[in-house]
Formats: sequence, structure tokens, C-alpha cells
Amino acid sequence: MNSTPTSTAPPERSDARVAPADLEVVPLRHWGRWVAAAIMMLFAASFAWSLARNPNLEWSVVGEYLFKDFVIKGVGITLMLTVVAMVIGTVGGVLIAVMRLSSNPVLQAIAGFYVWFFRGTPLLVQIIFWGFLAALYERLVIGIPFTDITFASFDTNSVVGPMTAAVLALSLNEVAYAAEIVRGGIGSVDDGQDDAASALGLTKVQAMRTITLPQAMRVIVPPMGNETVTMLKSTALVSVIGGKDLLTAVQSVYAQNYKVIPLLVVAALWYLALTSILSIGQYFLEKKYGKGYGTASMGRRWLGRGVAR
Amino acid sequence: MTATDQSSTTDTATMVEALGVRKSFGRTEVLKGIDLTVRTGEVTCLVGPSGSGKSTFLRCINHLETIDGGSLSVNGHLVGYRRKGDRLHELKPSEVAAQRRDIGMVFQRFNLFPHMTAAQNIMHAPVLVRGESRKVARERASQLLERVGLAGRENQYPAHLSGGQQQRVAIARALAMRPPLMLFDEPTSALDPELVGEVLDVMKGLASDGMTMVVVTHEMGFAREVGDSVYFMDDGVVVESGTPSQVLENPRHERTKAFLSKVL
Repeated sequence: MNSTPTSTAPPERSDARVAPADLEVVPLRHWGRWVAAAIMMLFAASFAWSLARNPNLEWSVVGEYLFKDFVIKGVGITLMLTVVAMVIGTVGGVLIAVMRLSSNPVLQAIAGFYVWFFRGTPLLVQIIFWGFLAALYERLVIGIPFTDITFASFDTNSVVGPMTAAVLALSLNEVAYAAEIVRGGIGSVDDGQDDAASALGLTKVQAMRTITLPQAMRVIVPPMGNETVTMLKSTALVSVIGGKDLLTAVQSVYAQNYKVIPLLVVAALWYLALTSILSIGQYFLEKKYGKGYGTASMGRRWLGRGVAR
Repeated sequence: MTATDQSSTTDTATMVEALGVRKSFGRTEVLKGIDLTVRTGEVTCLVGPSGSGKSTFLRCINHLETIDGGSLSVNGHLVGYRRKGDRLHELKPSEVAAQRRDIGMVFQRFNLFPHMTAAQNIMHAPVLVRGESRKVARERASQLLERVGLAGRENQYPAHLSGGQQQRVAIARALAMRPPLMLFDEPTSALDPELVGEVLDVMKGLASDGMTMVVVTHEMGFAREVGDSVYFMDDGVVVESGTPSQVLENPRHERTKAFLSKVL
């Protein structure tokens, strides 16, 4: 019957009064993450194991061909096709975009039709089409339209070989995509910029070149970087018309020695290496055109950029 | 009181002359015959409710908007047209651009070029349009920044400046072309209240230096203190005009009274 109150305070309160530093913190264990990671690693390990043990992969053959002359030459042509198609594609894209944004309805319509046509048909079909151009026009003629006056005339097949056809197909297709990207970029620049440039007495061309396009570049560069990566891989399609690119090069060898898988691995390694280098270049381009906009948004756009197609 | 002093000297040259200026957007007529005269060295304030056509009229003065009727001339030259006998010939875009070089404009939303530093913003047009050397233009950019109270900010990008600072750079940018006429389109309306003063101070300085200014504004205090004349516009017409004391303190029209009772 001892009713004397004990000297200890209520337990909850004494707990709260102790400084947090004196207590051990038990972090929440994310068991689900561990399980998911373990399962994924199991799959990855078994896949790696199956690759490593698979004799058909023939890593020694991969090593043997990786830096062979014909492979390096193929890489060179793939790079050349990419660069030429992107340069023509970008310049043409700016042209078509400006046509689409012009106030001349005829130019607008032609640009619209161009984009509609080249985006509406598969690139592979376009490549084959250019490869077989001679079946449509046997001879190419330079002269005055709708008259019999001609200055020069060529046999189509002698002018448009597989390489020219490949460049034509890839560039003209890229023009259509680039035009849409450039148009979007120009459209993203605030109208007030044009007002300010005009009010200062800049001509339309000066305003476009020094005010609108540099700002549009910030919006244009990330998708054009993706376009370049896509283009590098799309060059493989020209192998259907014998475009002498990297894939054509390895194909012509495995057609003889049947080392299909190792040679495809050789090609894949090169494509991976080149696209990785392009991504690094894109990072620095974005940094350049992001000047004046702060760096935080740059990082976000870098991580959050979507695919163009 | 300065207003009466200046208006007495009626023989000063006319800088802006508008006669029956009309303008429509589609079927909506936003300017229904505006008459306005700005003399050299005067500050003219356009006041009135939103949508009254003040900003549109201001944009017509440097041909950012084309007019559909009436005539508008700056410094004795028709804006956007050349008169040959009884005909008006539309100017080529390059000629319009040349006309605009002599008219500075400051916008509500600053419209600084975000990819250029403050100094680059200011020197861009003098170098590109007037063909000044970069060195000279750069020095002048520094002087102009000092004049608007932003000495040492040459290398800052607009994104790193406050609204008031951006608007002062925009004023410096317009001044770099040495225009005899400056247009201000609600220059303080996009600013936080505590930043309005610094921009108005720069504008007062310009006015006391004798710059001819046309200012669309909601700052009645500025109009009263600095304005030589005030035009009250409503629904596309000038309802009344006169000295600040006439229009703002003793308005004769009901619409002016109604508007002023809301803003003062």
C-alpha cells in the first residue's frame, strides 16, 4: 500500500529530453531494394556468364578485326557520311525552317510539303529510292526548264553512285527533321527579342543572325545532338545500297568467312565508341549555348533530354 | 510650373507629329484617329486604362506596328513611308530599320538579350548597325552603365540582375544609339514596387538633360512631376490633353475623372 510517488518522471518525456546526439540512429532498411538489386545482378551475371562461355562470340576474332584496315576505312566513311549529312541537313534545315516561317505563302507551302514528304516515308525506302534513281531518271540534265536548251547532260548512274545516293538520302531526310527542330527553336524565342532588335535598327537578317538564332540554339542543340547520334547509327542503313560504310565493310567480310557475330560485335563496339564521343561533344556545345541562363537548368536539361524520334 | 514655362516657347521644333492615326487589329479598331504633337526636349506622358491603345500608338511611332490611316512623322520624316508627289511609297525593310536607329525604345518587359552581358547588350547595335569600333563602343557602354547607376556591371548577364537593374541596362542600350527621341512603354509596370524608383530616377535624369521622351505610364506622380504634357487616352481616342495640372488635377471629362479616381 505504498503510495509514495516515485522520483522518475513519465517515460515519454525523459526520452524526448535526451539530446539526439546521444542516441544511436537506426536507418530504415530498404529490403525491397536489396532484393531487386540481387535479382537483377543474378540475371546480369548469368547473361555475362553465357556470353563469356559462348564460343560463337570468338573474342579473339573480334580483337583480330577491331583495327583492321577495312574496318577503320568503314569507320571513316561512316563518320564522313554522318558529318556531311548533318552539315547539309542543318544548313538545309535552317533554310526550310525560315521558309516555313516566312510570310510568303508559296515558300511556306513548299517547305511544309517537303517536311511532310521526307518525314512521312521511311528512311530505308528513301535510301533504296536514291540508290535506284537511274530507274526514274536515266539522264540528269542541266538546262532551262520547259525549253529544249540544255547545258549539260549526264548518265544518272555515273553521277549518282552508291556514295552520292547515300549522302543524298541521309541529308535530304535530315533536312526535314532539322527544319522542325530549328523551327521549334526559333519559335521558342520571345517575340520581345525581335521587337528590341528592330527598335535598335537591326535589319531582319541581322536580328535573326545575332539575336534570334543564338538564343534558339539553346533549344536546338540538345535535339540536334540526338539527331547526330541517330544519324551515325542510321548510316548503317546505306549498307542496303552498298554504301561502303562500317556495316557494309564488316558484312562483306562475314559474307566470306561466316564470322557473323564477332564482326557485328566489332561494328557495335565502334558505333558505341563514336556515339559516346559525340555525347561528350554535345555536353560542351550545350554549355556554350547555355551562357547567361545559369548552370542548374543546363544540368536538368542534360539529364532530362528526350529522344528526338 | 516648368510645364507652363516650356509650353510658352512654342517655336521649338516638332519631334513627333501624329494626325488622325488609325489602327485596327482584324475587325477591332484600337486607334480611332489620334492627334498628338511632341516638341523637341519635351516629356509627353500617355495615360489611360489598359486596352486604351496607348502602347499600340507608341509602337506605331517607330513602325513596330503599321498604321492603317492618318499620318505619323518623326523629326520631319514620315514613319514607314516616303512621299512622292501625291503618293506614299512604303519603305523597304532596310529603310525602316534605318529610321528606327534614331528612335530609342524601352519595353515593359525589358527585352534584354539574355545571351549577352550587360555591356554586350549596350554595344551590340552601335557596333553592328553604326559600325563603331568595339573598343569605342565598349568604353561608351561603361559610361552609359555608370550613367544609369550600374558602374562595374559590364560582364553580368541579364539573368543575374534584378528587374530594376535590367530595365536600367535596357535604357542604357537604347541610349547607346544616341537617339534624339526615346519611347518608354510602361517601363515600370513589370517591376516590384521597391524597384520602381530607381528606374524613374534614371528617366527623370534623362528628362532634365533635355531628352525628348514619350512615356506610356501608370505612374501619375512621374507624369505630374516630369511631364510637360499629358494625353489621356481611352478606347482608342485622346479624351483630353494638356499640361499635367490641367489633365491630372483639373480634368474636364467624366472618363478622365473616373479613371483618375481609381488610380490616384
